[in-house]
Amino acid sequence: MENNGLNKVDLIFEKIDTKEVLIKAFKMSNAEIIQHMLDSGLKGRGGAGFPTGLKWKYTAAEPSPEKYIVCNADEGEPGTFKDREILDRVSNKVHGGMAIAGKAIGARSGIVYLRGEYRYLLPKLMIELDSFHKMIHEIGYDFNIEYRMGSGAYICGEESALFESIEGKRGEPRNKPPYPTVSGVFEKPTSINNVETLVTAVMIIFHGSKNFTQYGTKDSRGSKVFSVSGDTPTPGIFELELGMTVQHFVNEFGDGDTKAVQVGGASGFCVPRKKFAETIIGFEGVPTGGSMKLFNSSRSMYNVLHNYLDFFAEESCGQCTPCRVGCQQLLKGVEKVKKGESKSTYLTELMKLADTMKIAAKCGLGQSVGNAFKSIVSNFKEEIIY
Amino acid sequence: MYQVGNLVKELSDKHGHTRENLIPILQDIVHKYNYLTDEAMVEVAKELDISAAEVYGTASFYTFLDTQERGKYVIRICKTITCSMKGKSDIIHTLEDILKIKVGETTADKQFSLIETNCIGWCHKAPAILINDMPYTELTPEKVSEIIKDYMKK
Amino acid sequence: MINLLINDQKVSVEPGTTVLAAAKKLKINIPTLCNHDDLCVAGNCRVCVVEQKGARTLVASCATPAAEGMEIHTNTLKVRNARKHIVELLLTEHRSDCTKCYKNQNCELQSLANEFAFGDTIFLDLVEDHKYNIDRSSPSFTKDDSKCIRCQRCVRTCSELQHVSAIAVANKGAHQKISSFHDKPMSHVVCTNCGQCVNRCPTGALVEKTYIDQVWDAIYDPEKHVVVQTAPAVRVALGEDLGYDPGQRVTGKMVNALKQLGFNSVLDTDFSADLTIMEEGTELLVRLKKALVDGNKKISLPMFTSCSPGWIKFIEHKYPEFLPNLSSCKSPQQMFGALAKTYYAKKRNIDPSKIVSVSIMPCTAKKFEADRPEMRASGFKDVDYVLTTRELAVMIKQAGIDFRNLDEANYDSIMGESTGAAVIFGATGGVMEAALRTAYEIVTGREVPFGNLNITPVRGMEGVKEATVKIEGCVEAWKFLEGAELKVAIAHGLVNANKIMKLVQAGKANYHFIEIMACPGGCIGGGGQPIPTNMQIRKNRMKAIYSEDEHMVLRKSHLNPDVIAIYKEFLDAPNSHKSHELLHTNYVERENY
Repeated sequence: MENNGLNKVDLIFEKIDTKEVLIKAFKMSNAEIIQHMLDSGLKGRGGAGFPTGLKWKYTAAEPSPEKYIVCNADEGEPGTFKDREILDRVSNKVHGGMAIAGKAIGARSGIVYLRGEYRYLLPKLMIELDSFHKMIHEIGYDFNIEYRMGSGAYICGEESALFESIEGKRGEPRNKPPYPTVSGVFEKPTSINNVETLVTAVMIIFHGSKNFTQYGTKDSRGSKVFSVSGDTPTPGIFELELGMTVQHFVNEFGDGDTKAVQVGGASGFCVPRKKFAETIIGFEGVPTGGSMKLFNSSRSMYNVLHNYLDFFAEESCGQCTPCRVGCQQLLKGVEKVKKGESKSTYLTELMKLADTMKIAAKCGLGQSVGNAFKSIVSNFKEEIIY
Repeated sequence: MYQVGNLVKELSDKHGHTRENLIPILQDIVHKYNYLTDEAMVEVAKELDISAAEVYGTASFYTFLDTQERGKYVIRICKTITCSMKGKSDIIHTLEDILKIKVGETTADKQFSLIETNCIGWCHKAPAILINDMPYTELTPEKVSEIIKDYMKK
Repeated sequence: MINLLINDQKVSVEPGTTVLAAAKKLKINIPTLCNHDDLCVAGNCRVCVVEQKGARTLVASCATPAAEGMEIHTNTLKVRNARKHIVELLLTEHRSDCTKCYKNQNCELQSLANEFAFGDTIFLDLVEDHKYNIDRSSPSFTKDDSKCIRCQRCVRTCSELQHVSAIAVANKGAHQKISSFHDKPMSHVVCTNCGQCVNRCPTGALVEKTYIDQVWDAIYDPEKHVVVQTAPAVRVALGEDLGYDPGQRVTGKMVNALKQLGFNSVLDTDFSADLTIMEEGTELLVRLKKALVDGNKKISLPMFTSCSPGWIKFIEHKYPEFLPNLSSCKSPQQMFGALAKTYYAKKRNIDPSKIVSVSIMPCTAKKFEADRPEMRASGFKDVDYVLTTRELAVMIKQAGIDFRNLDEANYDSIMGESTGAAVIFGATGGVMEAALRTAYEIVTGREVPFGNLNITPVRGMEGVKEATVKIEGCVEAWKFLEGAELKVAIAHGLVNANKIMKLVQAGKANYHFIEIMACPGGCIGGGGQPIPTNMQIRKNRMKAIYSEDEHMVLRKSHLNPDVIAIYKEFLDAPNSHKSHELLHTNYVERENY
């Protein structure tokens, strides 16, 4: 079910007294906090959309005395820049969300994994973290957060690759199971949550889960922050209620000549003009971690696809066959077809390859390369060939 | 080429001598010198009691942990879709003209390196670059010329 | 027990069992590539994907634990299509010059291609896009990146089994590769040349450097007198490459085959293994005397064995401060080589410059060892060519020899005599056992106090073994050892060697004598042995070694008649001046990267 249209919301950047929310949360039992999350229907805001309440519940159920809450601030999806903005403007709420999550799952330590591209934020964040630690101390609670920096590797946004990176290794995704809730960073039970998810959790505690469920749809509760870029007169960060159609979105942000919207970044889906009205932005339609790129009719979708494939061929960790070789094949394949060196029917083989990557790659990266590939090729086939 | 001296020892003492401190140590070296020499990697391996090949293997996974010589100012130009759409090529041409180097190269005086990089998270203010840690956004050829000229005076 | 269904058949397995292992239990074969019994699970090649009911994607059976109620299908259309794609993809990155490849017909990728990817190629060739490097710098092996399929078996081997990590995974994405430290030549890095990676490489990316043609040339050269020595571990493994099951002793057939190949004299490394015991045992006793009686603090104890060239290079790179602890004895191969061009030449009245000395070894590091500048005591290169067990099998096939129906033959003389003590050099603990059999008898005049001479505490596959031998009833010359407890330790696989070295470094190891072999299981599990090698195969070969020992008439090194003769005629006595000149050496410190 879609919403009535595009509705702007102000939760993530809303000015609140984080200390007050923390005091409220620390008075709750762990189970109560988790219940709030379950009731809210909050799903992870990084893009994968796993229910936050369940993640916390599973991690809480692990008997280990040592657990971790990890904040995934390795925002690398092309077209996504919301987490940087959130950390820049309301880091206090991010840190607060980690403390609440820590309380819920029984973790005393939190790690923020911040992408290397955002290192310039670090001095400011360190000052803010310092005052956060003081505040937590004042409340009489024991929780410590440290920052670990990325160094330029998209794949480290994948949770288990991120753990490997924190452990000082190459950011190569692990085999699952075991899942992070059982064995995460340093092989301890870990809840890993996106920056925005943690802030949303704070707001759910602040306003109550009922307030949250009034926004969005059955499958996509609440609102989320969108990163809008491309051919738009108003690029930037916007918090919108979930459940609108791409048409609603284009009506607001398009330049009057929008031919396609890439929802969810390079690993997401390309929605062509003819499907704007029927496509809901959310878990019932096209899910997104917030990346919304608009392309107008002056743009070549071949160039868009080529840019994405080039990105994946470089940013794949390289360990598994379908992803490492598959990305190179898709890239070289579209180049050859474009140049007329391969038959246009070769695209059919590449579509099948994209299907194999979706089911046989080791992690979410390789599994999602096919999203952009298939949606662009099937909707803009002529642009790829000629 | 810089001499690593006591830096690795100091950094390992500061961060700790275990594997999970590898990346922070490498990052601190790069922060200071912009790239990792073989000597630095061998020293790190020794301090953490891991093999030098593993240090190299780990460093080479991360784009920002350069293992080839870089200048004092590393200019990273975002090449991902929005920046490409919004004039990345003009920015590169401008930089190449000013610095008299091509993408991937370092100036003879070891002041600047020019490299392309994947999305740096400034798509709404494209095109964007990083000079070391600092982002510069909504660039035009004129604007980027001014920025580089300021750096040249530093 | 966990119950699951695989291809609609019920199976019950222990918790922690993988789907792959559970399928094996049902005799359902799932193809694999990155998986190896000796190594941790990687789950990266994806060849072993299977369909799990209810799962969004296929799952890697090697990395997925069996779960209660799980329903698996291993051969659905979806699975077959994915596998075909995966094999096709691997082939596009792989330089498929199969007919010219050393691993032709012994290549796991080739077998999979044969099963899944015959006929028209689907995808584009990527080999030309990669600037692949072929590293021929090591005398032991070649690393050809154009054949590499990134399964990382070699990387896991070098790290998990050997604690060396001379190679690691470098770069990412399309540029990901297996690399030494900053792409330096393999000859310039910490690599021990042990060849364990070669033994586990599923393709031709890592292969021993072969000297077969050079050996043929020597054999056919009428001017040359070609002698060949065979290491103890070869005779219990060679059969595997010639159609026998693991663990079959083929000593007599092997000797006959070597004669048929045209070697002028077929001799035995066992001879110089016995000689090693005389030299090394004496060295140990002398060190003990100097340390215990003379109170000489400069004497380095514990003393380490020096037979394994992989271990030697390991300590040169990683623990150079302990080089003085190494026995100064050369390895049996090099002792043999030095004597072949001196003692043997003299006795047989052959110009040593006309002798070509070949050795058949279970080892790739021996190729490096033979090339060391230290190994020219005879005035010539002491060992000219080293062939692996595998290369010998190739020669036997090339010569059209019907190995199975060959009669057994005996080694030639001189330097062809052997004892059971020398044979067991091929298994971990064997050098120690042989040394104890002789040293104990020298000191006490009696046999070691173990049933039938079998010193069982030093045998077996445990990574680090230790034993204490109480010395009682010493003969006059060794009275100072009366009542002493000789503490010994044994490690095999460099990961275990490293454990012992850490203890030694920390001063926590009060051993007198430590045997170390670079390869898991000792030489029977050497890098030059038939492929595959895994725990069960090593066990079978080990059993064969001890059975060979039991079947020998002589089982103590000091009783080897050729050894007795050489001391009488040529060397005078163990550790004599002449021995030192020919049979002993020292080693060098190397960089640790």
